[in-house]
Amino acid sequence: MRTDRGSWGKVISGGLIFGGAAAFVSLAGMVEALGVREIVIGVIDLGRLLLLLIGLGAGYQAARRGIGGALTALARGLLAGAAAGVGLSALLVLASVVNLRGMFINASPTLLEIISFGRGTAGVPLVIAAGAVAGALGAVATLLPGAVRGPLGAGVTVTIVVGLFQELLQIILQEGGIRSAIRQFIFVPEGLPPRGALGVFLVVLVVSAVWRSRQPVVRGWILKRPPPQQRLVRLLGLLLAVAVALLLPLAGGLFISQVLVLVGLYTLMGLGLNLEVGFAGLLDLGFVAFFAIGAYTVGLLTSTGQYGIAHWSFWAAMPVALVVSLIAGFLFGLPILRIRGDYLAIATLGFGEIIRLLALSEALRPWFGGSQGVLFVPKPIIGGFEFSGPAQIYYITLASSVLIAFVAARLRDSRLGRAWMAMREDEDVAEAMGINLVNVKLLAYGIGGAFAGMGGAIFAVLLGSIFPHSFSLLISINVLALIIVGGMGSLPGVVVGSLFLVGLPELLREFSDFRFLVYGAALIIMMQVKPEGLWPAAMVRRELHKEEPVGVVAEEPAAVERVEA
Amino acid sequence: MQRSFWQRLSIINTYLWAFRLSVLLVVVWGSLGTFQAGCRSALTICDFKSKYAPNVWLDLLVFGLSQGSVYALIALGYTMVYGILRMINFAHGDVFMAGAYTAFYLAAAFGRSGFLNRSPLISLAAVLALAMITATAIALILERVAYRPLRRAPRLVPLISAIGASFFLEYAFRGFFGSGFQAYPEWQIFTGEWVIAGIGILRTQAVVIVASVLLMAALYTFVMRTKTGTAMRAVSEDLEVASLMGIDVDRVIVITFGIGGAAAGAAGVLYALVFKQVHFFMGFFPGIKAFTAAVLGGIGNIPGAMIGGLFLGIFESVGPILFLEGLRVPGIYPTGIPAPYQLKDVIAFTMLVMVLIFRPSGILGERLATKKA
Repeated sequence: MRTDRGSWGKVISGGLIFGGAAAFVSLAGMVEALGVREIVIGVIDLGRLLLLLIGLGAGYQAARRGIGGALTALARGLLAGAAAGVGLSALLVLASVVNLRGMFINASPTLLEIISFGRGTAGVPLVIAAGAVAGALGAVATLLPGAVRGPLGAGVTVTIVVGLFQELLQIILQEGGIRSAIRQFIFVPEGLPPRGALGVFLVVLVVSAVWRSRQPVVRGWILKRPPPQQRLVRLLGLLLAVAVALLLPLAGGLFISQVLVLVGLYTLMGLGLNLEVGFAGLLDLGFVAFFAIGAYTVGLLTSTGQYGIAHWSFWAAMPVALVVSLIAGFLFGLPILRIRGDYLAIATLGFGEIIRLLALSEALRPWFGGSQGVLFVPKPIIGGFEFSGPAQIYYITLASSVLIAFVAARLRDSRLGRAWMAMREDEDVAEAMGINLVNVKLLAYGIGGAFAGMGGAIFAVLLGSIFPHSFSLLISINVLALIIVGGMGSLPGVVVGSLFLVGLPELLREFSDFRFLVYGAALIIMMQVKPEGLWPAAMVRRELHKEEPVGVVAEEPAAVERVEA
Repeated sequence: MQRSFWQRLSIINTYLWAFRLSVLLVVVWGSLGTFQAGCRSALTICDFKSKYAPNVWLDLLVFGLSQGSVYALIALGYTMVYGILRMINFAHGDVFMAGAYTAFYLAAAFGRSGFLNRSPLISLAAVLALAMITATAIALILERVAYRPLRRAPRLVPLISAIGASFFLEYAFRGFFGSGFQAYPEWQIFTGEWVIAGIGILRTQAVVIVASVLLMAALYTFVMRTKTGTAMRAVSEDLEVASLMGIDVDRVIVITFGIGGAAAGAAGVLYALVFKQVHFFMGFFPGIKAFTAAVLGGIGNIPGAMIGGLFLGIFESVGPILFLEGLRVPGIYPTGIPAPYQLKDVIAFTMLVMVLIFRPSGILGERLATKKA
C-alpha cells in the first residue's frame, strides 16, 4: 500500500515539475512571443501549443512509468496533467497577488490572459481541468497500439509543421497549375484554416498507415535485388536529394536561399570541426578562429576598399584562404599538442578569443580595420556571371560542401582517418601502435581549419564585408552543438545538425530570442537521452547497441568511452 | 646516453621556446618603455620615471586586487568541483550572474524604500544573503539535473551538458528580466575614498577586498577544520576509496556545489558593487577568467585558486599599461600600442594558454599529473 501511495506521490510531483516548466516558458516570454504565430487559424497558436504539449508530456510520462491496467494509466495521466495545471495556476494566483511585472518583464496581462483563457484567477479551475484533459490524452497515447499511434503521430506532426511554415509553403506553392491548386486546397492567404488542417491530417494519416503496412514488403523487395541494383536504388535516392538541393532556392525565393547559405556555411564548419572532435577526439572551442582567418584572408586580398591589399578575384583568393587557414591550424596546433581533454577545450577557447580580440583591437586597426571591419569585398564573378546574392552564392556553398564532404569521407576511410580514430580511443595505445601523434594531430588541426577557412571565405563574399563581431565564441559553440546533435563523427549528421540548429531557428524568426534557451535545454537533454546524436556514425551506432549481432566491433568494451578525449 | 642539446631540440620545442621568448620580450620591452616614457629611446637610461605617478600605479593595484578577489571567489567553485569530479563546471559563471541579478531586485527595492542608506550594513548583508541563497539553489539544481545523471559518462559528455546549462541559464535570465543592463543601486557610505596612511583607496574596492577575504577565510576554515571539509578533501583525493571509508559521496558533491554556488553568489554582488550594473551575460567572461585563475593557482587547490585570482586580477589591471602602453616598435608603434586597455582580455587569455602549455599544474599545484588533466 505504501509503495502504491509513493508512486502516486511521484505522479503528482512529476506533474508539478511539468507545471513548473509551463510556468517557466511563460515567464521566459515564450508563450506570448510564440503566440503570434498561428498554427491553425482560430484554433491554436504556437504558444498555446507549447503549453498543450507540456500537458500532454506530463500525462505521457506518468502513464508510461506506471504498472497496472489501462484504467490506472489513464488515471495517472489525468492526475499528472491536473498537477501540471495546478503548477501553472500557481503562477496565475501569484500574479494576482503581487505585481510580478516589476521583476519579470514578460508577466504581462496578455500572458495571463493566454494562460487563464481570459478569465484571470477565475480561470484556475479551467486551467486545471485543461491540464487533466491534456494529461489524459497523453496517457491515451501510451495505450494505443503502434499501428495506430504511428500514423496518428505522423498526421499531427505534419499538420503542425505545415501550419508552422505556412508562409514559406505558400511562397513555394505560389505559381503553376498544380502548385497553386494545392495551395488553394490547403491554405487561405492568412494561413492554415481548420479545413486545410483536417485535410492535411487525413492525407498524412492515410499515407502513413499505408506506408506502414507496405514498408516491409518494399524493403524486402529491394533487399532481394542483386547488389548492383540495390546500389542503383541508393544512387537514385542520392540524385533525388541533389535535385532537391539544386532546386530549393529557385522555388523558395530569397529568404530560403539566405537560410540555405547559412546552413551550408555551418555545414562546412561542422565538417571541419567534426574532423577534429568527431574523428580525432580533439575538443576545440576556438574553432571560429579558422573561420575568421579564412574570411579575413579573402577580404584583405579582394577588397576594393581601404584595407584591400591585392584586389584579387575571389577565385584566386579562396585557395590562398584555404592554405592560410591550413597553416594557421598547424601553428595553432603546435603549442597545444601535449594538452588533453578539458584543458584542451579551454586552451583552444583562449586562442579563439585572442584572435577575435586582436582583430577587434585598435592596435591592429591599420591592417584589419578594427571594429569597423573590412568593407567592399566584391562578389565572385565567373565568365560574366556575377554571384550577386544569396541565391547565387548558395551554389558555391553547395558545391564546396559536397566537395568537402567527399574529402572528409575519403579521409575517414584512409590510413590517416584510422589513425585519428585510434588516437581518439586512446592516445597512449595509438602511440604504442606506431602512430606519430604529432603529425596526426597537426593534420587534424590543419585540415579541419582549412575546411572552416573555406566557409569563412564564402562568408566574406556573402556579406560583402567583414566585422570582427561576427566571430564570437557563440559560433564555435553553435558548430560544436550541431555536430553533437547530428552525431559525433557522422558526416550526414553534420548536415542534419545544421538543418536543425541553424535552418530551423532561422525559419522560425519569432524563435530567435529563444534560440539559445532551446539550444541549452536541447544539449542537456540530448546528453542524457541520446548522446550519440540524431544520425550517429555507423560505428558509434554499433557500439551503443551491443545486442545487435554485428561481428567483432560490437565486442569492444569501449562502448561508451568512444568520445573520451 | 644523454643526447646533446641540439639533438633534443625538435621543431616543437623550438616553437614553444620562440613563443615563450616573444612573450617575455613583449613584457620586458614594454615595461622598460613604460618606465622611460620621457626618454627618446627605450634603451637609454634617463631618470627612470614613468609618465604615471606612483599613486596611479597604486590605484591600478588596488583595482586589480578587488577584481582579483572577485575572481578568486568564483574560482573556488571551479577548483572544488574540478578537484572532486574532474569536470569543468562551465555554467559556474552563470551561477555568479544569477546571484547578482536576483539580488539586484532586493537591492533596488531597498534603494526605493530608503532602507539601503538608512542601515547600509544590514542591507548589504541581506543582499549578499539573497544572492548566496539563489546561487546555491541554482548550483544545486544544476548538479541534480545536468551533471548527476552523467557522472559515469565519458568526459566530453558532462562538459557539453555544462555548456548547454550555461546557455540555458543565460537566456532564461534574459527571458525573465530582459536583455538590457540594469543599474545597481549605490550605497552612499561606500562612495568616495577612505584615506589610510596617507593613501586614498576607493571605498567600494576596500569593501570588496575585505568581504571576499573574510568569505575566503571562512571557507578555508570550513574545508580544513570541519568533518564535512575533511570528507570533501578525502573525496577529492580519491573518490572510490573515500566511499569505501563510509563517506557519502553524493552528499559531499552536493555540498561542494552548494558552497561553490554560495561563493559565486557573493562574488556576484561584490562585482556589481564595483561595476554598478548587471546583465544576463555578465557571468560569461568572469567565469572564464575565474577558471583561468583556478588553473593558474593549480586546479583542485583552494589556496591556489585564491592566489591565482589575485594574480590574474592584478595582471589584468596593471598589465595593459605596464606591458603594452610603452611597447614601442620602431616604424609601427613609435609611441606604444594604441588603446592598450582593449587588450586586457588578451593578456588574461595569453596567461591562460601559457599556463596550460607550460605549467598545467599551476603555481601551487603539484597533484595534477597528466593522467588527471
